[in-house]
Amino acid sequence: MTIFRILLLTGLLVCAIATACTKKPMQAVIIYMAYSVIMSVVWILLESPDLAITEAAVGAGVTSILFFLTLRQLNLIDRDQKKKKDEEQEGEHE
Amino acid sequence: MNKKDTFLRRWLRGEVEFSALLAEPVYPTPEEAVPYEPKENKHVAIRTLRRSRTGYRAAVTVLCIVFALFMLLVIGNLPQYGAADAPTVNEVPQRYVEQGMEETGAVNSVAGMILDYRAFDTLGESFVLFTATCAVTLLMCAAPGKKKEEHVFEAEVVRYDNDPIVRTVCKLVIPIILMFGIYVVLNGHISPGGGFSGGAIMASALIIYAIVWGEDKASRTIPKKAISLITLCALAFYACSKTYSFFTGANHIHSIISPGTPGRIFSAGLILPLNVAVGFVVCCTMYSFYMYFRRGEL
Repeated sequence: MTIFRILLLTGLLVCAIATACTKKPMQAVIIYMAYSVIMSVVWILLESPDLAITEAAVGAGVTSILFFLTLRQLNLIDRDQKKKKDEEQEGEHE
Repeated sequence: MNKKDTFLRRWLRGEVEFSALLAEPVYPTPEEAVPYEPKENKHVAIRTLRRSRTGYRAAVTVLCIVFALFMLLVIGNLPQYGAADAPTVNEVPQRYVEQGMEETGAVNSVAGMILDYRAFDTLGESFVLFTATCAVTLLMCAAPGKKKEEHVFEAEVVRYDNDPIVRTVCKLVIPIILMFGIYVVLNGHISPGGGFSGGAIMASALIIYAIVWGEDKASRTIPKKAISLITLCALAFYACSKTYSFFTGANHIHSIISPGTPGRIFSAGLILPLNVAVGFVVCCTMYSFYMYFRRGEL
């Protein structure tokens, strides 16, 4: 059990630092989702299942969806892939 | 003859000239103006920028370490978990633990706390959510009758409902998620959960529906008026019922609503309907957040 806790807390720390250090916002949001999932397990270990349910639904679900939508509005998702797609399509047309 | 020749007296005599202030300021003509010449050359500027960036990074690192150490110091000085001489051990949590189930009828003492003893806080939280919806509406709302222009390429729009795997899985999963959300809301006073978490789960089911079957179909299935009406009714019901219980509690009038047998579904007095109201408010808020961010209207 102790090993499991240490693993969880290490994962939490790694995720938190990785969220701050990644360059692409999309990757940061995905790592933040992973952080929320680990955090919900930690809440269960801390004997507060209420917070675990809320963290899983709000932190990992709704918040990240809103982040994704904001990134989409700002055209920050998959810029490289879009460029590649456009180039491919142009190649096909030619 | 005045001894002191102050500004006011001079102004009264009409000696002060204000016309100079009203006159057009004289700007130097472009020929006269000295052209901008960078004192240092380009390489020096780049070097300075790099140096300042390194300094910025070093400062950020040092600040982070200092704050982390400070927080660790504070955590080290916290009283031990479950210590008897901690400042949080007083008559309030004792009352919650000893008489909470008896007085509120809720097995889940957290629900008893937030929806009975401290229901006024929860009402404020519901109104915070409602205010957040209003702010998002003001920010993201498209002009009435005009849909927000999609600045996305046509090729990028993926129709998920044509995909058999996605469609089948969502048809299976969405009812289960909705049922689980309703279960969490209705059992808020017996098991962990409650209005907020259950409402968020229901909202995530609705958001999946909107993602897969498209926002237009979702807005036809769940009309705009229904969302406004449900939110309004839930908030008004919450405010009215809590007004009733505060009135009876403050005036020592015996309330009609009894706590009931703890552990049953229809028990805990007002907690069950209040949970349902909070669940509706949270569900509608999250869903309308998604819709406003996605297409600018409900």
